[in-house]
Amino acid sequence: MLKIGNHTFHSRLFLGTGKFPSFEVQKKAVDASGTEVLTFAVRRMNIYQQDQPNFLEMLDLTRYKLLPNTAGAQTVDEAVRIAHLARASGLCDMIKVEVIADTKTLLPDPIATLEATKILVEEGFTVLPYTSDDPILARKLWEAGAHAIMPGGSPIGSGQGLLNPLYLRYIIEDSPVPVIIDAGIGSPADVAQAMELGADGVLLNTAVSGAKDPVKMAQAMKWAVEAGRLGWEAGRIPKKVVATASSPKEGMLD
Amino acid sequence: MIIQLNGEPFTVAEGTETVADLVAALNLASRIIVVEHNRTVLTRDDYPHVGLQDGDQVEIVQFVGGG
Repeated sequence: MLKIGNHTFHSRLFLGTGKFPSFEVQKKAVDASGTEVLTFAVRRMNIYQQDQPNFLEMLDLTRYKLLPNTAGAQTVDEAVRIAHLARASGLCDMIKVEVIADTKTLLPDPIATLEATKILVEEGFTVLPYTSDDPILARKLWEAGAHAIMPGGSPIGSGQGLLNPLYLRYIIEDSPVPVIIDAGIGSPADVAQAMELGADGVLLNTAVSGAKDPVKMAQAMKWAVEAGRLGWEAGRIPKKVVATASSPKEGMLD
Repeated sequence: MIIQLNGEPFTVAEGTETVADLVAALNLASRIIVVEHNRTVLTRDDYPHVGLQDGDQVEIVQFVGGG
């Protein structure tokens, strides 16, 4: 069981809702993933084209917890404003703090992320900041009261996997709150690697929505999360530089 | 009366006096939306109590796909 603030989840896979080829595929992918947490962005409504279908409004909201993000925010004030808007929906108290500092790398602004986290924790939100793989910043975030830490494996949407598994491991070993690897994951192997490092969960979007078959990939990711988690709990063998036979040396035929 | 709605000028019809009236006039009463009035975020219970005035800034947002 994964516990974040007052919420508990059976599934350790969080799924983003952006860039799916169609709502039909997206619904099937969400089902196949087994996720209980879906992320959303907050945007102005197009009041002149309001008949456009809205994915959130098609969901059975008793089955999922919403994790709105503050994507689009470049400052502390913008992030806090989006968080307030999201909470006023009455649908959620969780917020993914995302303050982007740079349009090329989409890396988060560490100082603004920490500041926004402090404010939103104080205001009673369940706060999950998206951060870089900096272990010291991660520590400052949970010291500030963040309910989970969400370090990126590599740049958002890049599919590069985990570029610095060592730093992610430092973050995981240090953190008293759950660590969810967010951003950059490209394949089930990346997911299994994250879980085998001891991550408490992963947040995926493009790796599923951009796959040739998003529904199959959602299923694969579900299994990768479970396999990686079981592998971590089981405890892998140490790596050795010499071979060790698995079969007995005794009782050989002459 | 003209307000700024989602960053654009919007002419409010006669008889539309509150945020609740505006939301109803836009056929949004049953939708999952959040309204911000002059930078104050409102809950649904606030809508009937917040009057509209010329030049008000109103934002109507929704949840869209994102990661």
